[in-house]
Parts: sequence; structure tokens; C-alpha cells
Amino acid sequence: MLHYLGYRYRRVMTDSHSKLRPISGEELEPLATGAWVLGAGGGGDPYHAFLNMRRLYQEGTVVSLMQPEALADDALVAVVSSMGAPLVGEERLTDPEIAALAVQQMETHLGRSFDAVMSVEIGGANSFQPLMVAAVMGLPVLDADTMGRAYPEAQHSSFAIGDLQPYPLTLADVRENAVVVSKVASWKWMERISRKVCTEVGSLAATCKAPRTGLEVKEWGVLHTVTQAIELGQAVIDARTSKEDPVGAVVDHAGGQLLFQGKVIDVSRRATEGFLRGTARVTGLEHDRDSELRVDFQNEFTVAWIDDEVAVTVPDLICVLDTTTGEAIGTEALRYGQRVSVVALPAPEVQRTPKGLEHVGPRAFGYSFDFHPLFI
Amino acid sequence: MKRIGIDVGGTNTDAVLVEENGVVASVKTPTTRDVIGGVREALRLLVERLGGNAGAVGAVMIGTTHFTNAVVQRRDLAQVAAIRIALPSGRSLPPFVDWPPELKELVAGRIYMVRGGHEYDGRPLDVFDVSAVTAAAREIRDTDIRTVAVTAAFSPLVSDCEAQAAEILRTEIPGVHVTLSHDLGRIGLLERENAALLNAALIPLADNTTRAFSDAVEGSGIEAPLFLTQNDGTVMRADRARAYPVYSFSSGPTNSMRGAAFLSELDDAMVVDVGGTTTDIGHLKAGFPREANRTVEVGGVRTLFRMPDLLSLGLGGGSLVDESRRMIGPRSVGHELETKATVFGGSGLTVSDLAVAAGLVSMGDSSRVEHVDPVTLSWFVERSRAMIEEGVDRMKATGDPLPLLAVGGGAFLVPDQLPGISEVIHVKHAPVANAVGAAIAQVSGEVDQVFSGISRAEALAEAEALARSRAVEGGADLETITAVEIEDLPLAYLPGEARRVRVRVVGDALAL
Repeated sequence: MLHYLGYRYRRVMTDSHSKLRPISGEELEPLATGAWVLGAGGGGDPYHAFLNMRRLYQEGTVVSLMQPEALADDALVAVVSSMGAPLVGEERLTDPEIAALAVQQMETHLGRSFDAVMSVEIGGANSFQPLMVAAVMGLPVLDADTMGRAYPEAQHSSFAIGDLQPYPLTLADVRENAVVVSKVASWKWMERISRKVCTEVGSLAATCKAPRTGLEVKEWGVLHTVTQAIELGQAVIDARTSKEDPVGAVVDHAGGQLLFQGKVIDVSRRATEGFLRGTARVTGLEHDRDSELRVDFQNEFTVAWIDDEVAVTVPDLICVLDTTTGEAIGTEALRYGQRVSVVALPAPEVQRTPKGLEHVGPRAFGYSFDFHPLFI
Repeated sequence: MKRIGIDVGGTNTDAVLVEENGVVASVKTPTTRDVIGGVREALRLLVERLGGNAGAVGAVMIGTTHFTNAVVQRRDLAQVAAIRIALPSGRSLPPFVDWPPELKELVAGRIYMVRGGHEYDGRPLDVFDVSAVTAAAREIRDTDIRTVAVTAAFSPLVSDCEAQAAEILRTEIPGVHVTLSHDLGRIGLLERENAALLNAALIPLADNTTRAFSDAVEGSGIEAPLFLTQNDGTVMRADRARAYPVYSFSSGPTNSMRGAAFLSELDDAMVVDVGGTTTDIGHLKAGFPREANRTVEVGGVRTLFRMPDLLSLGLGGGSLVDESRRMIGPRSVGHELETKATVFGGSGLTVSDLAVAAGLVSMGDSSRVEHVDPVTLSWFVERSRAMIEEGVDRMKATGDPLPLLAVGGGAFLVPDQLPGISEVIHVKHAPVANAVGAAIAQVSGEVDQVFSGISRAEALAEAEALARSRAVEGGADLETITAVEIEDLPLAYLPGEARRVRVRVVGDALAL
């Protein structure tokens, strides 16, 4: 009784079967681990979404992963996310049916069916959102997202960088209230209006962002990130099991750089304009003795300095990992005394272009300096 | 005020009589399988030590791992009914969702999910379906289940739905025991619900145990109120402990740290407790261990208890040393040190053996370790020192130098000088630090809540006032209450400068 046998193949399959493969139950935990690393300090804990998927798999559901190359140019792709405050999610537990409701509302609004579903961000809890939708609706999950990491807002997506149309958007809450934002003036207006609606329904909602064609996804999507997250998570888990260095596994696997190793000596936080902002200071140990790293965050880590020199900036990913376990540490959980390894991973290409940097470079986050390229 | 502290450990049951200026008397007796026998014997020995008359004792405080063990060993647990008031949310993740299957099998009686609960800002999530609770109560009445755990969405903020459900259950089911999740704690529905379910499952055992403890105290001729210690280093009255057994989970390490603080007369210090198998390292602030800020698993169930933040290293007096691979622990001979260690005629090379060879301590027959390679010795001394040094540095929550209290049977492993440590103090009476910690425990009140639409100062003040009133309810003397922990965290994506505030206050137990 495998649900994936019921997929709508109409416009989807243009290639061999290898472009569509089942995601196995054993890949769920690596996905959660890898997605948490790619969250770059934010994105929320995937625990509840993971529990949902584990239950669905125990009941016999299997979802499939589709390579973007297999998408027909005119295929229709749903771009989904859970929006709102992580704290609310701790009480109002995420539910696949509600995740799917937003997508079903979009189908009703468009009068068309989707061919695949993808996440707005692979970093954190949203990595599982398309899997939940896929499980309910029998759609394949597309091996792509729009950030390659986590970012706070919609205008940080690669579709916004591509100036693709930001509307329509559907938003559904747990009471089955559903809202369609049919037209907006810009990506920022979409963020403002949908955020307002989200607050009204208790600061937690499932959304289906502006639908995309296969061509748009292939041109502007950040591709193969689901596979990347699963493999990254698997590398971390394997390193832990074989008592090897899980931080090294992250760096090697993602083509990153180990920036700094030390101990957190100070964390300050404040909430402004809905974001958790702050700074953490890490004093060096071993090779980095006598140095200090400072890292800023706005939900996610944004800029890191070593001894007051800019070392890495958005859009490159700054990941703070527990030195022993390789477990990613969220900006909310950072605290004095933690032994951490600060790692930089390269941002997706689209974010490093001049247009990309307008959206997700340091200036987009309020800094008065330019992107500091660490990876050529 | 004289107080008696009792620690029921895995091996021994210790009892001490403590006065303001220190330990008056202490005794040790083997722990019995039923727990009660050991407590009775410890009290008898203590009274005997005091010349047959303990005099006016203000309170008796007992610390026990009995309830944790019941969960870990899957025994003496009752079947419970779970009522969750959060629909339409949470449907896909019902109660018991992430429990180990065999424990769920044992505990999960009936599961009900009904409409209701609240939002983070106090608005109702949905209209509370009272009739569904009544229907559930009538169904439960026709089963053998007599303990129910009720959990509503955002009940730590607005507890109305849980309170109303409790009233219905008590009306419909004579003799029912109801655990309400908001009494146990924090935001995080699944973890709070898990705590409520575990608590409900422990009610019959808690009832019997606290009753037997009371009988044991009365039987010893001591007239004093009985308290049980909690995992945060404070106590609750026995009648409250009977209703909230989960609060006594893992109170042992906390008692040991607090006992060390009292014995050394220091409130702010690092504590290193080197036992047979592990070294526990913690940071005492204002006399209390810092709390862990994360989920804690008890018997495989994810919960959010107020546990001390401890770093446990696989380094103890009984840890086995692998000379060829240059590894210490984590395997250990445990409490069989005195038969298995080389210095005691055994064949295992333990940390204690190398410590004897290195001249850190003398025990057993030192000639049996004379052959140890000096290279191994210097490696061992360096490695054990580094483990403790790194652990202390990791747990130290401030950059300022602090004193360090060394306790436990393997305290000789703690070096005399460590970076960031002003002074290393070896504590007297260390073997009964646990019972001393129980004896000096105070009563606490805690608040963990989201405030929005008011200033930070107002939010902190409101939280503290609420925590104080909770401490008084728990049996604290209002005059002695002080705040030991005030923490706030601004929240992302919520309007109105929302912040989560956590305040904990403590005061002395009010004597009869």
C-alpha cells in the first residue's frame, strides 16, 4: 500500500525512473540533522515535523524525491513553508493536513493541480514541510528549495532575487481558516501582508507561496538541496557512530571552511521588528588561542569577525556546531561555556551575484559593508 | 532549627541531623529493596546516635530515586487516561507519540483529544468542547483507570480549560486522581504532557511511598513535617509530593552539590563530584546548581524538567584504564573497586590504582602497582587532569575566578590548582553531602511564562510576584523568600515585544 504509486505523472516524467526515487524511512533522521546544520542558527527544530513523517512512514506512506531536471518546463510546482513563531509551534503542533490545506487552497484558487512540491527553505523545520504535503497529497517532493539554508523572510528567496512574481499566496491555519493574498506590489509587501495575517491566526500558519513553473524552478531554484541535507546529515551521523570528527565531516561534505574553535564567553539578545537579534563572542582554544570570534545574528547568523576583521558574511552560511557532537546550535540555544566550532559553508551561486547580494548580502541585513567572499 | 535529611541512594541510605552551624550527627545503612526499611533503620540509628532523643526537629527531608527508578525499570506504574485539549491542533501527534513502545503499552489506557485550549496571547484557540470531556469522563468511569492527565494548549499561560476538565472528571469519577499539565510546567506541549502522563502513572506508587515515609518518621518518635526533595534542590511537602512525584526525579546530584555548598559555607562555586564511575561537574550559583536549559529524557520519555545542568564524564575511581590505547573509562568496576582493583588484589587496572602509583592517594597495597610504566603514569596524570580541567571550564558560567569544591570518593583526582579556579577545597563530611543537601533544602516557586504588551521591567516584576505566591503555597516562609534566578528571552516573530520570562524564588520551609 505505497502511496507514491498514485503520483500524477502527467507532465512530470520526462526522464528515466532514476529521476524519481522513494525517500526511505532511514533518510528522515539524516534529513533532520542536515537541515538543522543548514539552518545556520535558525529555521527552527524539525522535531515535530520529523515525528509526523515517522508516524506516516510507520503507517506505510512513502514519499518520493524528484530531480528538478525531470520537471517539464510547464509543470506546476507548489512552494511551501510553515510561517510564524517557533514558540507557538511548541504548543500548536505541526500537522500534515494543515500543511496540505494551504496547497489545496492554492489549487482551488488557480483551478489547476500541482505536479510537485518544494520547500521555501531547506534550513530547519521547513525542510520537512514539502514531505508532509507530499504524504497527504501524493505529490513528489522536488529536490530543491529557494535558499539553500534558512533566512528570515520571503524577499530572501531565490525567486525574489529572480524578480519572479511574488503572488498569489495562500495561508491556512489550524482552524482551517484560509486566506488568499491574490496580488501585492512587491516581495516585501507580500511579507508584510502575510505576516499580519499570520499574527492574527496566532502567529503560526501553513503557506503556499507563489506557484512556479518547472522552467522557473530550473532557472531560479536552489537545486539538489534535499539530497545535500540528507547526505550532510548522514555524514555527521556516520562520523559520530565511528567516533570520528563530526565537525570535519560537515566541512568536508559541504566544501566549507573551519573558521574558528573556541568557547562561548558571552551572548546578548534582543527582539526587534519580530527578529531575534544579538551577538555572541567566542574565545579561541587550541589553534585559535589568543583570538576572539564575534558573530551577529538576526534569527540566523549573519556576520562573523575574527579579532575585529570581517571573516565571513551572509549569504555564506555561518554554522555554529558543538565541537564534540557536531550538533548545530541555534541562535536561541547559544550560551556561555559551550565548546563550539564555527564553520562557513558556501552560499548558493545565485545569492553571490550582484542581484543576489542586494537581497541577502550584508547591506540587506543593515550592515554598511559589502559581501566578503570566502569561497571562490 | 534542627532538620533531618535522608538520602535514599542505590547502595546506602544516609541520614543526618543538621543545625545552623553544621552537621550534628550522621549515619549510614544499606538501602532496602522496599526503600522504607532502610529509611526506618536510618532514622532509628540516628535517634540512637543522639542518645535516644532527637529533640525538637523542625522538618524531615527525604531525597529518593524511587520514582525515577520505577519509570526506568518499568515497574509499579498505573494505566492512565490522557485528555488533551488542543484540537483542532495536534491531531497528527497524539499523546504518547514518541514514547518507547513497551512503556506506552504499560501506561497508555485511554486517549482523548478534544477541542479547546488557548493561544500565546490568551485568546481561546477554539471553543472548549466541555461535553467531549464529560463523555470521556463517563467512559473512563466504566474502566479500572483512576488516574487522568489533562493537557491543554498554552495552559502555562491560561489554565482555565485544564481546571474545568478537572472539575468535570472529579464530579463524574469518584476517587479519580487528576494531574494537570500546567502544574508541572513549561511551554512545550508534548514534553509537558509527557511529564503529566508520567506523573499520573506514578500516583499510586507515590501515594504508598509517601504514606510509608510518614509512618516511618512517626514511628521513630520524631514529630516534624515531612518534605521530599525535588530535582531543582528544593523541597515540597509530603502531601504535595504525593500529587507530584515527577518533581522528585534525579534530586540526588542536586542534593550533593547543595550539601557541598553548605558544608563549605560557599554559595558560588564549581563542584566536582568524583564517584566510582563518573565525575559530575556543576556550577553553584546563589547556592543552587544552574539548571539545564534543554529537554531531558527520563526512561526514554522527552520531558522538560528542572534538572541541574551537570556534565558527566566517564572518569571515576573505578574507571578502567586501557594502557595500550591510552584511554580512561568509560567502563568501570563500579562499587566492586575493593575486590577488582589491582591494589586490592584484583586484576583490573583502575584509575584508583594509577592514582596510588602516582602518589595521589594511598589505599590497598601500593606494592602491587610499583611495576607501572612511568610513561603511563605521567600520561595518566596529565589526561585525568585535562579531563577535569576542561569539564570545569566548560561548566563554569562566568569568566571570574571561582572556588572549587571537590567531593566524592575519587576527589583525590582533582588537582590543587586549575585555571579560572581561585582555590580547590576538599569538603568535610563529603560522603553524606547528599543527605546534608536534603536537610538544608528550601521551598521554591517558579514561573515560566510569555508576557507581551508590557515593558520588560513590568514583566519581570509580575513574574516574580507570581513566583513568590507559588512558593508560599508550597510551604515557604514569606519573610525568607529571595529570587535565585531571573531570565528573560525576547521572542522572534511575535508582536508586542513578547518575551519569555523565567523566575525562580526560594524560601525556608515553614516549620509547624
